Parts: sequence; C-alpha cells; structure tokens
Amino acid sequence: MIKAILIFNNHGKPRLSKFYEHYSEDTEQQIIRETFHLVSKRDENVCNFLEGGMLIGGSENKLIYRHYATLYFVFCVDSSESGLGILDLIQVFVETLDKCFENVCELDLIFHVDKVHNILAEMVMGGMVLETNMNEIITQVDAQNKMEKSEAGIAGAPARAVSAVKNMNLPEMPRNINIGDISIKVPNLPSFK
Amino acid sequence: MALKIVKGSIDRMFDKNLQDLVRGIRNHKEDEAKYISTCIDEIKQELKQDNIAVKANAVCKLTYLQMLGYDVSWAAFNIVEVMSSSKFTYKRIGYLAASQCFHESTDVIMLTTNQIRKDLSSPNQYDTGVALTGLSCFVTPDLARDLANDIMTLMSHTKPYIRKKAVLIMYKVFLKYPESLRPAFPRLKEKLEDPDPGVQSAAVNVICELARRNPKNYLSLAPLFFKLMTSSTNNWVLIKIIKLFGALTPLEPRLGKKLIEPLTNLIHSTSAMSLLYECVNTVIAVLISLSSGMPNHSASIQLCVQKLRILIEDSDQNLKYLGLLAMSKILKTHPKSVQSHKDLILQCLDDKDESIRLRALDLLYGMVSKKNLMEIVKKLMLHVDKAEGTTYRDELLTKIIDICSQSNYQYITNFEWYISILVELTRLEGTRHGHLIASQMLDVAIRVKAIRAFAVAQMATLLDNAHLLTGNTQRNGICEVLYAAAWICGEFSEHLEEPMATLEAMLRPKVATLPGHIQAVYVQNAAKLFATVLRGQEGAPADSTVAQETSQLLIDRLPLFVQSSNLEVQERASCILQLVKYIQKLQQKDVEVAEEVTALFAGELNPVAPKAQKKVPVPEGLDLDVWINEPPSGSESEDEGRKSKGKAVFAKDESRHTKPRYTEVDEKELAKRREVRKAEQANNPFYIKASPSSQKVYQDGVGVEHIPVVQIDLSVPLKVPGMPMSDQYVKLEEERRERNKADKKKKKDKKKREKGEKGRRRRGDSGPESEEDITPAHMVDIVTEEMPENALPSDDDDKDPNDPHKALNIDLDKPLADSEKKLPVRSHRPDEVLKSPMEDRQVVEVVPEPKKKTGKEKKEKKDRKKSKEKKKKHKQEEEEDLMGAGSEEPVQPEETKEVAAPPPASTPEAAAAPASTPRTASGMAAVAPDSEPEEAKDTEPEETKSSTHKKKKQKKEKKKKKHHHNHSDGAGDESVQNGTVEEEEPLPPMSNYALLAENSYIKMMKQDADKVCDIQGNLQDGSQVVVSVIFENKCDSFIKSMEFNVLDSLNSKLQRPDGAGPHDGLIVPFQLPPGISNEARFIFSVQNIVMPQKLKGTLTFIVKTDDSSTHEKLDFKLHFTCTSYLITTPCYSDAYSKLLESGDLKGCSLKLEGVNQPFHHLLARICFHHHFSVVERIDSCASMYSRSIQGHHMCLLVKTADQTVSIDAKCDEPGLLGNVLDEIKLTFSQC
Repeated sequence: MIKAILIFNNHGKPRLSKFYEHYSEDTEQQIIRETFHLVSKRDENVCNFLEGGMLIGGSENKLIYRHYATLYFVFCVDSSESGLGILDLIQVFVETLDKCFENVCELDLIFHVDKVHNILAEMVMGGMVLETNMNEIITQVDAQNKMEKSEAGIAGAPARAVSAVKNMNLPEMPRNINIGDISIKVPNLPSFK
Repeated sequence: MALKIVKGSIDRMFDKNLQDLVRGIRNHKEDEAKYISTCIDEIKQELKQDNIAVKANAVCKLTYLQMLGYDVSWAAFNIVEVMSSSKFTYKRIGYLAASQCFHESTDVIMLTTNQIRKDLSSPNQYDTGVALTGLSCFVTPDLARDLANDIMTLMSHTKPYIRKKAVLIMYKVFLKYPESLRPAFPRLKEKLEDPDPGVQSAAVNVICELARRNPKNYLSLAPLFFKLMTSSTNNWVLIKIIKLFGALTPLEPRLGKKLIEPLTNLIHSTSAMSLLYECVNTVIAVLISLSSGMPNHSASIQLCVQKLRILIEDSDQNLKYLGLLAMSKILKTHPKSVQSHKDLILQCLDDKDESIRLRALDLLYGMVSKKNLMEIVKKLMLHVDKAEGTTYRDELLTKIIDICSQSNYQYITNFEWYISILVELTRLEGTRHGHLIASQMLDVAIRVKAIRAFAVAQMATLLDNAHLLTGNTQRNGICEVLYAAAWICGEFSEHLEEPMATLEAMLRPKVATLPGHIQAVYVQNAAKLFATVLRGQEGAPADSTVAQETSQLLIDRLPLFVQSSNLEVQERASCILQLVKYIQKLQQKDVEVAEEVTALFAGELNPVAPKAQKKVPVPEGLDLDVWINEPPSGSESEDEGRKSKGKAVFAKDESRHTKPRYTEVDEKELAKRREVRKAEQANNPFYIKASPSSQKVYQDGVGVEHIPVVQIDLSVPLKVPGMPMSDQYVKLEEERRERNKADKKKKKDKKKREKGEKGRRRRGDSGPESEEDITPAHMVDIVTEEMPENALPSDDDDKDPNDPHKALNIDLDKPLADSEKKLPVRSHRPDEVLKSPMEDRQVVEVVPEPKKKTGKEKKEKKDRKKSKEKKKKHKQEEEEDLMGAGSEEPVQPEETKEVAAPPPASTPEAAAAPASTPRTASGMAAVAPDSEPEEAKDTEPEETKSSTHKKKKQKKEKKKKKHHHNHSDGAGDESVQNGTVEEEEPLPPMSNYALLAENSYIKMMKQDADKVCDIQGNLQDGSQVVVSVIFENKCDSFIKSMEFNVLDSLNSKLQRPDGAGPHDGLIVPFQLPPGISNEARFIFSVQNIVMPQKLKGTLTFIVKTDDSSTHEKLDFKLHFTCTSYLITTPCYSDAYSKLLESGDLKGCSLKLEGVNQPFHHLLARICFHHHFSVVERIDSCASMYSRSIQGHHMCLLVKTADQTVSIDAKCDEPGLLGNVLDEIKLTFSQC
C-alpha cells in the first residue's frame, strides 16, 4: 500500500499532497515538513530509500523519493510495495505529467494542482497502484479532459476569454516567474518493464 | 430579476478561479495568512450563491487551501453539493475535494450514499470512475456496507476501466465491512484471470494485500498464482505474486520447494532489477522456511548471496541499499554465508549515505562473534567519533549496545572492556540514550558478579567527574548515567577503594542541579555508603572522631536535599538526616553502631526478568479490574503521578527493560498492570524472602581493602579517566589470546555458563569455528534472571489488538452457504436503534456473524449452480442499467432493491440519531438523494429561484417525496421495506411528519420541527429551529405563488430575508403541478425554549386552471413542542454519570400505566419522537440523554415492570423538563 504521495519543491512548499489515510490538517503539514526535512538534507547521489519518518506509520513504512529539478516526488509506502517498482512508478508519473503538460515545470504543478490530482487518480487509487502503462493513463486523462471541454461548450467561452484577458493584462505571466521556471528534465532511465 | 441573473453570470467571469488564487498568494508573500483569510471569506460568499459553477470554483480553491494546511471541513456540505452536480466537470471537483478532506467522522458522508450509488450506475464510465476513486479515499463502514453490492456488480462491468477500479476498491470495502469478503471473494478470484491485464493486476494487488495479513486463508490460491507466475509477463503482477509467495511459504514448505526452481530461472533470466530483487527475497524466504527441514540448498543460498553481492557492489546506491536489506534476512538463518562478506559490509559503514550505513549496521549485529566483537566495536567507536548528526550517532550507540548485549552478552569475553566501552560512550554529547547506557551498567554490574569491583571503581570515577557529564546542558540525557553510577557505588560499596571520597563526591552541592529521580538515588546511596564507611572506620582502631566527622559531613550536606522541591528527594533526605543525627548521638556515647547501620541495607537484590512481573499468575478469584475501595473521583491522576515518581526509584532497571514494551498497551491493560504492581509492592518482603539462598549479609565481606581493583590510568586529569582504556583492552585481549593458545593444551576449557532464558540462540550454531578457543578473560558468573514461580511460558504479548486486518481473517475456502451468496443484508435489530452511535457501529459489525455461521452447511453443487445463475442475472441487470440510465431517472440495479439494504439514510443510526449534530439534520432534509444541489438550495426560503432547473425538478418531485419519507420514518421504513429477515417483531412505523392543515386544494404536512442551531455556520446568539413543511397539491390544477406567513410572537419569530417587514410572508420557492408534493424549510428563531409554543399562520396561493386562476388561502397552527428543542446528542456513560453526580440537575418523575409494548419499542419511541439517545441499557432499565438547543442537559432513567413504566428525569431547567415529560406522556397515551 502507498500511504501518501507528496510533491514539494526545494524549499519545502507543498505542490501536491495526497494522503491515503486520514490525518488532521496540522498533522499533514507536520508530515510534509518532516518529510521535507528528511529528504532535503540528503545528497544527490545517495539512495532513494529512506526509513520512514516518525509520523506516518513508523518503522514499517519507507519513504521512496526522486528529485527532479526543483521538485521532490515522495511516496510513502509499506513493505508490500517493491521499492524499485515504486521508483519506476514515480518515473512513469513524471513522464506522464511531462506529456500532459508538454515540458512540465514546477509552475504547471503550482497552477494546476487539480489536473495533477486527476492524473494521479488514474495511476494510484486509494493507495493501490491502478495503472502503470503510461499510454493508458494518458488516454483516460485526455478522454476526461475532452468531456470537460464539451461540457463547458459555448457557455465556457466567455470565461475562457476572460481568463485569457486576465493573463494578458497582468504583468506576471506564470512562465516569467523566476522560481520554478526550470522545466523538469525527465531523464531517460532504464525502463522497468 | 432577469437582469440580476445576467449580472450574476458576468460577475462570475471575474470571480477568482484557482489560478487567480494561487497567483494572489504568490503576490502576497508577506501577508499570506491575511490574504488567504480574505480569500476564504470570498469563498464563503461564493458558496452561498445559487450557481453550481460558482460553488464548484469555490470548492476547487478550498481543495488547494486544504493542501496548504487550512481546515476546510466546514465546507463539507458544499462539497457534497458539488459532488452531486450532473456535470462531470463539477462532479470531479467535488469528489476530489471530498477525497482530500472527508474521513470517517465527517458527518455529511452519510448523505452521500445515494449520490454515490447513482454515480456508480451512471452510463458515463468516467462518472463511475470518479466516484470510485473518491470513494476509495473516504469509504466508511456504513458506505461500505450500503454500497458493497453495487461495487460487486461493477466488478463485472463491460468496461475494463471500471472493472479494475471496482476490483481495487473492494479491498477498502473489505477492510471496512469484513462480512463482504466471503460473498465477494469468488468473483474477485475470477478476476485473477480477467482478459484485461489491468484488471488482472488489480485483482492480484487486492489478493496480495489481503493475503499479506492473513496468509493461511489464501494458501488454496497458490496453484492459481503459480500458473500466473509462470505465464504472466507483466512485471508488476509478477512482483506482487512473488511477494505474495514470500508470505505464503512459511506456512507451506512444499510450496517453497516447488518455487525454488522457477524463481531461480527468473533470477537468471530477468533483466529487470526490481523483479530480480523480489525473486531473491522470496528465495530467501523459502530457504528460511526450509532451513529447519532440509539443509541442502546451499546452491540457492550461494546464488542469492552472490546476486546480492553484485547489488551491493553496484554503483547505484538504491541497489546497494536493497542488497544490504536482503542480506540481513539471510543473516538470520545462514549467518555463515553472510559472514564471508564481512569486508564488503564494513566497507559500507564508510559509505556517505546514511541509509546504507544504517543497513550495514543492522548486518553487523548478526556478524559478531567472540572473536571479532572487540574489533567491530572498536571500528564503530571510531564512527561514533566521526559521526556528525546526533541521530546517526545515537543509532550507532544503540547498535553498539545491542551488539554487545545480544543473547545475554554471549559474545563478550571481557566485561572490563565492556564497562569501559560504556564509560566511553558517556562522553557523547547530546545523546538521548543516557537511559540505555545506565541500564546496561546496572544490568552488567548486577548480573556479572565478578565485574562488580571493577565496575564500582569506574563508577566512582564517573561520580567524581560528574561535572563533565552535566556541565553543558541541563536537559542532557547523559546524566541518567549518574543514576546508575550512584546506585552501583552505593549497592556494591564494599568494593570501593575510597568510599569516603565517593561519599563526599555524592554529596556535593552541585548534585542538587540534577533531575529529581537521580538526586533521590544519590541520597539513598549516600546512606548506603555511609554505612560502609562507618564499618571501615569503626573496624580500625583509630579514634572515634573520624567516624563522627563522617556523620557530621552528612549532617552538613543533607539539609540541601531536604529543601529539594522534589518530594522523593525531600522525603529520603529528611529521613536519612534524622537517622544520621541519631547515629551521631550514639557515636558520641561511644556506642558501636556500624553493624546496625549496615543491617539497614543488608540483603542482595536479584535481577528480575523483564517480563517477570507480567507473568505472575493471577490467583483465582482475584479480579484486578475491580476497585478495592471506590476511588474518590479526581484523585486518580494524582495517584498516578505519585506512582510514576516512585517507579523511578523502586523499579530500578527492570522498568527500563520493559519500557518499550509498555508503550502500546491500552488504558485497561495499564490499569491492570498498575494493580499488579501495587500487589507486588505490597508483597515486597515476601519477594525477597522467596530466595533465601541468595541472601547475603554484607558483613561477610571483611576488609574492603583486600579486593583487587584495577589501577586506573589517570594521566588525563580533566577528561573522564579511563577513556582510552577500551583500546588497551583490545591489545591486552590479543596478547592474552596468544598466550592462551600457547598453553591451550594444558588447560582444559572449563567454561561453565548459565544462560538466561532470554538467550535466543545457542552458542554453537552461530559462532565461527575457532570460537571454542577463546576463553573469557575472567570467569564470569552471569546471574540468571528471576521469574516468578509457576509463571506461564506464553509469549503472546506482542499483538496489536487494533489491527483492522484481524477482522479479515476469514476462511475463504469453505463453500458459500446459500445465505451467504448475497451480501449480508442488514438485519433488523430494534435494540440498535437505541444505542449511541459508537456502540451501534460495533453491533452492526458483530451481530450478523454468528447468524451467518449457523446455517452454513449446504450442498456445494447447488451453490455453484446458483452462482452461475446469479452471474447471468448480473449481466441482465447491467444491460437494464444501461438502457434505463438513458432516461432522466437512472434505474437502480434490481439486486440492490431486493437484497441490499434499504436506502442508506434510513439506517438505524440515522433513525436513532436523526441529528447527531444539528448540521446533519439540515443536510438530510436539504439533499434529497436525487436532488440537484441547486434544488436543495432552492428549498431555503431566502433564495430566489432560477427557472432553468424547474422542469427537471418537477419530474423528480414524486420520487423525492418518497425519499423524504424515508428520512423521516427511518425505523419504520426499514421494517416495511426489508422483509427478508425478521427475528424480532418489528417496530411500528413512526413518522415525524404530522398533518398541519388541509383543504380541498392543498395539504400541509409539518415535520416535527427538526432542530438546527444554524444553517450556514455563523453562530448567532439566539437559537434556531428549522421547520420542514411538505406541500402536496391535491387538486387537478396548478398551484403557484405560494406565500407562507406566520404571526410572530414575542418569543418566536420567523426569519425573513433582510429588508422584509415583520409581517411579510415568505415566498415558497416552488410551484406545484397537480398531484405533486415538495418540501420547504423555514427557520424560526426562538428565545425561550422552556414552554411549548403555538404560532398561527396562513398560506396564500394561486390555483391556476386552464382558463382562470383564483386566490386561495389556508390557515394553520404551528405547534412547537418542547421536544422539538431537544437535539439527539450521544452521551457516554462516564460523562453521563459525571453529569448526574454534579448535582446541578433537578429531578422529576413520571409513571405510565398500562403500557404494553416491548421495552425496546418504548425506548425507540422516546428516542425517535423526543430526540433522546440511549446511554446504557441493562435489562428493563435504560438511561437516556438529550440536550436542548440552548445546552440544557436532560437525563432520563426509564424502568419498566408489569406494564408500568416509570421515568425518573433530571434536567437543569425544571420547566422544560416538566413539559417534555408531559409530551412523553402524551406520546404514549396516543398509542
């Protein structure tokens, strides 16, 4: 079982948090902080496994993480998951994000956390791995997005126009913000399959 | 109006969406919290609006804020609204929000059951998918029970996308509702061979999770999995299966033998490291399980170790880590094959990666032998010096101690060395493990008699240099060591070379800065030392003044401790001070006192096994949970505090050992142990008496001076002396071994060592070949730990009683009985209706069990046939589903109607607690299962209606009405719908709706005013009551423009929208076509709730026929009973009894004659009509509780005998109580 999936940046700012067990908001933040603390002080070229923090489940659980550009992707899993398998799943996740957002960068995650959630929902459900085939995931995500668009239809047009105008008028277009503009380079890892 | 709508939709475009919110937060870095709080205010406004798009947008933003740590549970109801939108876009937002913030105690969850059921059967696969995903995160036992059947149906859905989700979520359903496992299992098994790999993988996933916890129930699946393993190419599936086999093999060795070959093949063939690794792991598991029977698998072991070595040597740190991890598993059974890789593992200790170093440390634990222990520990000590982080250093420290103390100090040949290692470890700054070191020192000093002299000398030095340990920080954990040092010096003071110096060191003023429990030990042991010193001084022919000076020293120094704020210290100090004063008096009279003083501390303490106390058998007839004397309330905590202080002193090191074990025990267990401890302490003299043989009086040891003490190197004065000593020991040891070898032939190895029960491993099976050559440096007599007489050897202390998987330990191989074919239907249990929600839930899960098992022995064949038939039926249903779903009202699967529970809102809990909190009550009325949230909103008076939704709504109204009744007459409804099981006579139907007024055109039904303090969450001063009114059109014409008006009284006022005059009516926000009914809710504010109220009102409306329309009106009287001011509030018996004890409540009683209904019906009636909840029920007596909206407590004690019911009631508001009792009387006179 996967107990939690966390994405935060190099400064510990959460970009996505998905807990498959209930914790209070305060505990969740504490877990994120603790996890960040554990993960961030590790060098780049050390192993990606970490004995779990005190908060999530304790010793039975492991933290498995990958660091891409400015973001940490952390999965907290118990002993029934294969460590290398989860590492691969993270890779699939990031590659999927990369496909869905076209050169994903931190800003995509910042502004579209809902979409990231939707993508994740096609991969992991209730803490169990649902799908590992990237093409299948993308097909389902696309189909749902299409549905969303058709529902918005003409009614959605004015709203889209307004948001375009908003983006035009405001001096800060997302991509111009300094931090997080580094797109996540998805390295080509030896495939797991 | 139209203008308003247009304006609203334009406004909406400029509403902040998620992106705007994020952008805003980023632009307000300095005052983020303030900015967010204004955003939350905006969101609250948006949520109040009618438009679902606005609401969804607001909920979307809330989801983001939730991630940032803001509690958004207040919007739970709005989330439900968004979830029930018909548009996928919004539905998805709603479900996402719910999955992020709903959990078992979210009360609105119970409103979602029907919505989820509807989504599950939606024709759109993504609606279903989104619902399943959401449900997987927030499924509760209730939801699981109510939806299990629907999900089971989905497992055979035509689309693999749905199938795989449905299969996965079954795991969550099993966890929450274990009864569903057996009926669902055959289908789950089918899915293992599903044509779609995704579904297959999901099924494997679920079964693996299940099997991991209760492997023995899944052994019968092994052949199937074996087939899958040899045929599947999906690595995910393979990994899961192989992991599963790892869990199964310990139970079935034959399986292991069969596995070895294919696994070895996989190891050789696969290129995926993850698969290779899992294969190796499982082979190891197999070998472990075989190791007892068949030792002949050295080839496999070699293969594994070889592969692991490759992993460890790999440059990829991940592989290195995993390699070490797997290696440690082999170590347990085949230490020799691992020990040959010692070089590699020691190398890993130098790795820059902490995770890897920790794993390597774990391995070291199993690799030590008598021969290499010193060497390894020396290496570790070097690492301790180098380590930067305190956590890693602490880890090292514990590992060193673990390694040395394992198996009852099996590998330690030289305890002097070990003591000096411990002393060296005290030098560590900022360690948390002072306790651990201290307990080791105590343990060794007590159990290894031969080492006492040396230990005492070392401890004396420690005491002398105490300032080094306590110097830097107050909260330094290391000062715990002084506790051990002081105790050892005191207890074994006969070994001290210079007791006087040590005594002086123990009474330094600086000691007063130590923690209290340590000071207490100091004081007590100073007294012991004093005794020893006196004996030395009196024994010598020198003049008696020396002895008197010693007494004077104590008399001078002890007052400092007498002033201590710590009670323990104070008590001991003053006691000993008086004693010493008395002694001094005697001394002045030239009386020899040494003998008598020493007698005070005579007798030896024996080490007690950590579990000894727990193992003391409880004498027959002694109930440890019962209070001997009824305790005065409130004294308990104080009691405990005192005890815990006492523990530090009395329990000595035994308590330390057991500490980690005790962390997980529950309250009850603790209380039990407390009692045991009490008994133990009371019996203490007996305890010592029990082993008279070991009693030794100190006087025996004449001449302390003759005891040889190792000369301590004091060359470095300002460090704790003896620091570098352990190194010397290593050298000495080597020399000694050389010598030993030389004259080995002369000497016979005559080691005789008693081993403690704790010893897990016999010496012979793990040590290297030359082990026997090494003799201990000096004969060590390890004292065995004592266990109480006739202690039971059981070892079942380590199980977690709260494991949810325990409930899933269900035999799955037994054929399903007829009764089990379908998911268990919630049977009718009237008693349940009466219980507070907590108890209730337990009952729901427990009760069906025995019933199910009784009628189980049935013929298999028939079963199978039936299941086939059922399958067919399922398919049909599905088709029906698809067809039916095209129309506006989706057809619910037939099966659910026949078999499954009636609509969930009418579960017993719901009926028992129509409003466990006020909010749910309002919610229940507002979200009729099929209604769109817009409509729900519409029912609130102040809303203006948007005509777009009208049509749709009208279609549904009929259905809706039915549901409303379901809500209201929960208990009765159940007995009507649920005709399947009836063990006891059912409750008569009950309804809270009463006829309000009726004429030829319209009928008004009033619900017995369900109460709500507040709807939107802004708590105001007054109390509010919500009245739900159902309007039913009885004529053939269209009814519109209904206006509801009530003449306000001083006490109660109808709440009207802002700006409306006090006499204006409220527009009922809907129209009624012929034959249709609908419900509206009106809010009243009430000031005084003591008296019942009657309000006069009028309803005006226009009846529109084809050609004309007429204005009509209907008068009615609204009756607010006092009961309607009560809120069903669960109360637990302890709180209840406290409430009664408080004495604030005034009593009143009532007798009802000639009531001839069963007691549980009676209780149910009181619960239902008068909003009470049952606190406790014993036979024909029950206590009940309720609370008014203004917070008055109301307690009832209901007793029944021979058709007579007596009710004793207490309440802090006598007027209210009287009226409520009158109403109860009325209720019973009516039936």
